[in-house]
Amino acid sequence: MKGKINNIIENVGLPRIIIFFFLVLLFALAPIVGISLSISINDVIVRFGMNGILVLSLVPMVKSGCGLNFGLQLGIIAGLLGAVISIEMEATGFAGFFMAIGIAIFFAVILGFLYGALLNKIKGDEMVVATYIGFSSVSFMCIMWLILPFKSPNMIWPYGGTGLRTTISNQGYWFHILTDFLQIKIGNHIAFPTGTILFFIFLVFLVWAFFRTKTGTAIVAVGSNPEYAKSCGVNVDKMRIISVILSTTIAAIGIIVYEESFGFIQLYMAPLYMAFPAIAALLLGGASVGKASIKNVIIGAFLFQGILTMTPSVINNIIMSDMSESIRIVLSNGMIVYALTRTMRERS
Amino acid sequence: MISKEKFLLRMENISKDFYGNQVLKNVNLFVRPGEIIGLVGENGAGKSTLMNILFGDTTIHETGGFKGKIIFNGEEVNFSSPIDAINMGIGMVHQEFVLIPGFTAIENIVLTKEPTRYSFLSEVFGYKLNVMDRKEMKKQAIKAIKMLEVELEPEMMVKEMPVGYKQFTEIAREVNKKSTKLLMLDEPTAVLTESEAKIVMKAIKKLAATGISIIFISHRLQEILDSCDRIVVLRDGFVQKELIPSETNSREIAENMIGRELVKDIWKSKEIRKFNESILEVNKLWVDMPGEQVNGASFKVNKGEIFGIGGLTGQGKLGIANGIMGIYMTEGEVKFKGNPLYLNNPKYVLEQGISFVSEDRRGLGILLDQPIFWNIAFTAMQIKDNFIKPLLGGIIKWRDDKAMIKITREYINALKIKCVNEKQFARELSGGNQQKLCMAKAFALKPELMFVSEPTRGIDIGAKELVLNILHHYNSKYGTTIIITSSELEELRSTCDRIAIVDEGRITGILPPSADPVEFGLLMLGKKSEAKEVLTDEGKN
Repeated sequence: MKGKINNIIENVGLPRIIIFFFLVLLFALAPIVGISLSISINDVIVRFGMNGILVLSLVPMVKSGCGLNFGLQLGIIAGLLGAVISIEMEATGFAGFFMAIGIAIFFAVILGFLYGALLNKIKGDEMVVATYIGFSSVSFMCIMWLILPFKSPNMIWPYGGTGLRTTISNQGYWFHILTDFLQIKIGNHIAFPTGTILFFIFLVFLVWAFFRTKTGTAIVAVGSNPEYAKSCGVNVDKMRIISVILSTTIAAIGIIVYEESFGFIQLYMAPLYMAFPAIAALLLGGASVGKASIKNVIIGAFLFQGILTMTPSVINNIIMSDMSESIRIVLSNGMIVYALTRTMRERS
Repeated sequence: MISKEKFLLRMENISKDFYGNQVLKNVNLFVRPGEIIGLVGENGAGKSTLMNILFGDTTIHETGGFKGKIIFNGEEVNFSSPIDAINMGIGMVHQEFVLIPGFTAIENIVLTKEPTRYSFLSEVFGYKLNVMDRKEMKKQAIKAIKMLEVELEPEMMVKEMPVGYKQFTEIAREVNKKSTKLLMLDEPTAVLTESEAKIVMKAIKKLAATGISIIFISHRLQEILDSCDRIVVLRDGFVQKELIPSETNSREIAENMIGRELVKDIWKSKEIRKFNESILEVNKLWVDMPGEQVNGASFKVNKGEIFGIGGLTGQGKLGIANGIMGIYMTEGEVKFKGNPLYLNNPKYVLEQGISFVSEDRRGLGILLDQPIFWNIAFTAMQIKDNFIKPLLGGIIKWRDDKAMIKITREYINALKIKCVNEKQFARELSGGNQQKLCMAKAFALKPELMFVSEPTRGIDIGAKELVLNILHHYNSKYGTTIIITSSELEELRSTCDRIAIVDEGRITGILPPSADPVEFGLLMLGKKSEAKEVLTDEGKN
């Protein structure tokens, strides 16, 4: 019996078990401090659907040995471009949503290619360089959002008539297009976002299938031993670029799904720190700098979003002050620090 | 009579084993003041271990010390660290340079022995904050350089120096230690050009004339014959013979080094095979592999034969296979089955039906963190599209795990790979089984030509024989041409149809396994002229 428990702990990982029980504790506390359990559960599911794809987007780069994609913002920028262009073109409904995704993929492939080519030049330092690529690209886009010739009155500043607003509503275009698709209502408070979850599962399937192909297999080999891959005739640089393009593209799709559920397109500095929660979620799910699986994505996204939703509301109610933002930052950055130090130990 | 003489160093009955593996057996070495001793032997003969014992290398003590007695300068000594040895007046010039690249020659020469001056800071913080006396440093360094009679710019940074100058700096550093009585030089000329080597040798003689004793390790026999007073030949941990240069020649040295009587009959049991068709022609191959550079090697390999490449470590034998396979930058002309083979493109070379078992097993031979069946099937999948199920009319190349596992099971049985099952991670296998995995990977490509580098390095004796048998089996059953690169001459002689010997990046000769071992020894030492040229073009006739 004891051996069995140890086995489970080893398989799942102690951090995940601790977080899981912490989450259970929070759910148990919720009704006591006067928070509706059903609203909480609904929140967790919705946020899981919103963020899951962004977490998934990290996987290809980890598998190819490029490390955690701290330059996730690049994919987000491609997604934002897709979103605002689709609105500019007045595309609504599913057509608008898929148009946004189509345009986003176009930009993501170009940006991903350049990003990947750059990462190939700095092998070994991908994560540090990626962080700065992410930051600087967000700042660069701050200029672009102002000067790009968008005309739609729904998006530009009301005064002056040029430049995009910081927050743009997608209501009337493709707001809740997935969330409301085949939505299942349970009781008064739970609205299961079937469409979002189905779309997430669809992308998960694509990623899983990709890594079952010849190219996907080569990428995994590059990630586990580039020298081996090279001696087997695999073009290491090309495989890395493919993985970066893939990560960037999925991130672009991810942010559009996020906006679809959230209702707003946030520009300017909003994407700046979006890489960190996604990375923290993946690490929480049991991934490391060199290894990540679909299982890590699902477990991680669920636990991380669960904690994010529950901790602030429960704890705020207990101590009567708002510290949700602080908790989120401590949690996500702490998780990243934990994972990075753990890899160092594995290496040495 | 020996005991009456005054010796600077007497090493008596030195024995040393590493975990039961006997490396030195009752070695006696006596050195007179001002004498130059040449120490020669094959790789693994025990030269470096002997020097490390004398220099107090810490690994010697960590592995259980040694047996025997060392008497240095009249005292019995047992150094527990190199610092003790240095303090007693023993200097060592290593094969790899131990210099600080960003420092000048002066700074490197006087390092840790810097003359210092008192400053007001030393009043407060002690002598460690004395100021360096740059003038005195320069004076000392120049004096040391002058002793060697070499031209060395004292203010030059080490990183900007040509290799010869680095070597001078290193020797000058040892000379500068005033107490140095004995200097050990581990292949000081290995990386130098001939003219540079001559200057180094001159400097060494000059030093000996001042009364410093020198122990000199080299693979260049001529140097040894020209400069040493006595030559000590080590073989398999024994002192095989002591020779006086004026009374011997390189042939006798090689004979003692390789051992004439050793395993003489292996080749006799082998049939002599005739080959008519050549499969690989290599012409003036240059490979930029660090430590194993190839400088214009040319040879031909016949279809269906087992061809051996031997030579001493660092002479470039490993570079040949790595170069042709595209692992390192390569130039030259290579023809495979009569067609030119494009170099520096691993994928293209593999597609032509050439595969490679690397000497760097854990580095590029296997995927440690992936299952066995990935390791074996991966190359064949990438190169030949084996184990692929085309979906949607071939747009999607789906990995066929079942087919991969099936072929893996075949190889596990054929090569007797010991494992739990085909899904076990490669990391968990023993060295010998990992080697078999690498070979299975190469066989899975169904190659016409196969390079196998150091197939038995780091695996136990039982596995060694099995590995060689597997190579034989594939050669005779499928007609696969095999090129084995190995440091172990006996292994090559027992396996190959012909053996090429590499020295300084070139093929110095090709011999049949039945040739006199001494001939091999001479070729390894670059003595091409004295070895009879046999069989070099036998393939044609």
